[in-house]
This record gives sequence, C-alpha cells and structure tokens, in this order.
Amino acid sequence: MTQDLSIPETTTVRGESALGAFLRAMWAVVWKDLAAEMRSRELLSAMLVFALLVILIFNFALELDAKTRSTVTSGVLWVTFTFAGTLGLNRSMAIEKDRGCLDGLLLAPVDRAAIYFGKVLGNLIFMLVVEMIVLPVYSLLYNTNLFHPGLLLVILLGSVGYVVVGTLLASMAVQTRTRDVLLPILLFPVVIPLVIAAVKGSAGFLQALEIPEIMPWLNLLIVYDVIFTAVAFMVFDYVVEE
Amino acid sequence: MIEVHSLYKRFGLKTVLRNLDFQVQKGEFVALLGPNGAGKTTLLRILASLSRPSMGVVRIAGYPLPGQAAAVRRRLGVVSHLPLLYGDLSADENLRFYGRMYGVPNLPQRVSEVLELVGLASRRRDLVRTFSRGMQQRLAIGRAVLHDPEVMLFDEPHTGLDQDACSMLDQVLSEIAARGRTVVMTSHDLMRAADLASRFDVLSRGAIVASVPRTEMDPDQLLGFYRQAVTAP
Repeated sequence: MTQDLSIPETTTVRGESALGAFLRAMWAVVWKDLAAEMRSRELLSAMLVFALLVILIFNFALELDAKTRSTVTSGVLWVTFTFAGTLGLNRSMAIEKDRGCLDGLLLAPVDRAAIYFGKVLGNLIFMLVVEMIVLPVYSLLYNTNLFHPGLLLVILLGSVGYVVVGTLLASMAVQTRTRDVLLPILLFPVVIPLVIAAVKGSAGFLQALEIPEIMPWLNLLIVYDVIFTAVAFMVFDYVVEE
Repeated sequence: MIEVHSLYKRFGLKTVLRNLDFQVQKGEFVALLGPNGAGKTTLLRILASLSRPSMGVVRIAGYPLPGQAAAVRRRLGVVSHLPLLYGDLSADENLRFYGRMYGVPNLPQRVSEVLELVGLASRRRDLVRTFSRGMQQRLAIGRAVLHDPEVMLFDEPHTGLDQDACSMLDQVLSEIAARGRTVVMTSHDLMRAADLASRFDVLSRGAIVASVPRTEMDPDQLLGFYRQAVTAP
C-alpha cells in the first residue's frame, strides 16, 4: 500500500470537445449495459420468455381466418412489445438502483443527458433484439409474413418513442418503493397516442393499404418521437436530482 | 476548499438542514459526527451535487453548486456504504467504465495501478458480485480515487465491514489524507474517526453544533466531547 495514488499531472489534461465527452459517456453507458447483460442475461431472457408466451397464448386463444389475422396481428404484436418492454425498462433501472450505481453515474462529470441517452440506446437495443426474435416466431405460428419494410419502420419508430418515454419514467419510478407497479401506471397513459399510431400504422402495412392512408400514423409516430426526445433531454436532470 | 453558508434543505414540510455553516480548508480531514437523522448524509449528498440545496451557498474548490456541478464532480471522489459498482461486471470492467465516464487518460495503466493499490490486482477478472463486502468497499475506494480527485467524501465507509476490512480501509484513508487531499467523512465509529481525522465536527438537529481541531483535544476525550455536543440544548 505504498503506491502513489495520483495520476501524473501531464496526463490529466485532455483536450476533448463537449460533443466528444458527451458521446464518450453515452457509449460507456451503452457498453456497460450490454456487457452486464451478456453476463447475466436477466433482462433479455425475461422479456423474451414473456413475449413468446404472449404470442403463444394468443395463437391458441384466437382461431383466425386469413382476413381477420391481418387486422388482429398489429394489436397482438404491440401488446406483446409494450408489456415485454415494461419488464425490460423496470429491470434496466433496477440494476442502476440496486448497489447505488445510479448515484455513481450521476457523480460523473458529464452532461446527464449523455447518461439518459446511453440508457435509451441500451434499452432500445434490448427491445429491438426481442422484436427481431418475436417477428419470425409470430410469422411461423400465424402463417403471416411480417418482414415488410414498412412494418419494420413502424416497429422502429414505435420502439424509439416507447423507450424514450419509458426510460425517463423508469428513472423517476425507480426512486420509489413501488417502482415495479408505478412504471406501467405512469407509462401507459403517456404512450397511448404512440401505441395507437403504431397499431394503426402496422395494420395499414399488413393490410396493404395505400401509403397516403398510413402516412398520418407515421407522421404521428415521428412527431411523438421528436417531442418526447426533446422533453426528456430537458427534464432528465431534474428527474434524477433530489 | 469547501464552503457552506446558511444552508437549508427541506423535504416537503421537514427541514433536515437549517442555517448550516461549514468550512473545510485544503488538506483537512474532517470527521462529521452526529446521531442518526442529524442530516450528515443529506449534507454529503448536497456536497456531492446529488441533491439540490433548498437555500444557501455551497462552493467546492471555488465552484458554486448547483450552478457548476460538473466542474465540482470532476474534483470529487465519493465513497458511501453502497459500493456504486455493477455486480455483473468484473473489477477491471467496473473501473474501465468509470474511467471512461471521467475521461481518465491512459486508462488501462491507471486501472492496473488502482487495482494494485486496493489489493485486488489478482481478482481483476472476477465479477464484483462474487466479492466479499470488504473487497467491494476496497474496489469502491479504487473507483473513487480513479480520477485523482482533490476532495473525498466518505459516507459511513466502515458500515458492514469486518475488522480486517476496516483496518485495510483505514490504511487507504490514511494514505489519502497523507496525500494532502481534502476529506470529509461521516461516521458513527468515534474510535476510528479519532485515529484518522484532523478535525471533528458534530452535526445535530440539522446544524453544526460543535467543532474542534485534533490539535486542541486529546482523542480519548472525543466521546465526551460528542455527548456534550449532541445533548446541549
């Protein structure tokens, strides 16, 4: 225990732009979330098992002809994604709270928005991984082709909006004792416009409607994503500070 | 190095800190003593920029809080009774992660130095969740000194440690103090505080009610000094 604790003075100064520091911190958070999940597989396995169970239950519960299937599919998919997503969001923030790690993150001398966007990106990756596994399984079970570029775009836009709002509200809910119950209560009312737009947009592509009929829903998804990303960017600092 | 004037902190209707004044000079090691609920952790969380003061002036290294919180955080190292470490990452990965967050240069070399310092170099690849409480606390200290902070805040760092781990922690704390860092440590362990600190402040009912430098008091009298301070009207 005789080693010098200090960093040599010549190496402590580092010329880095604010954007560079922001991106460095954001990627550090993403890397940390992915590395921890690769070890534990708690979050992905919980989301996947739940999502696969839901589509399996719907498959047995609904005896559908081809026409009805195309109208029901988008609803079943988004019910699956939103509920599985809630599990992931809760777990993702619980990891930060368990050993006081959220304080560790907040103590870092970086723009706190970088921490938020790092968490958003991590959560989005987990959600997209689950969706990419659910889609082929659903296609097999329901004998429906879901690999339509338009549908994939809707899923991407819907997932972005869901994760942007969900991560912000999860960081709020995680401060409370009833975090597991509180997140869906806070989240679902806020994401109703997003889910409606995503369901309608997905159904439009599955029923091969004309693009002008689908565009309003796509526009709503884009506007929702932009507005809530901006809101989250502005308020995250206040949400996590006592 | 640390200046606090007329600080108030309220949670709803409850006032936890009231008109608190607190100064720490560069290189001082202040033991912040006080009963449970006195506001020690709240004060440390405000100094660490984790909590916003309701009213009052807080400056660390000349930077005001909460206005220049990022500049303050760059100069702070914080150790609490929670390790602030990820159980599913190894010791090495935890330090690399925090090193990236702090923009520590020459990170691989620095991580090796710090792991050596806290005696965990041989366990660097092991997951933190497999560590004992004492090892986690040593790594938590490594995390806190990784970016070479000027000010260290310790919130009851001995909580839950066995005697060996406490001795190891004391050794690291002494070394940190010997390096001229400014240290504020809350503790219920008067004996350990008496061995380490250069000043003893007693926080009671949300304010500093007594303060004495180590040079003006025999460490054996610390218990009497503390009791007198907390029971005074």
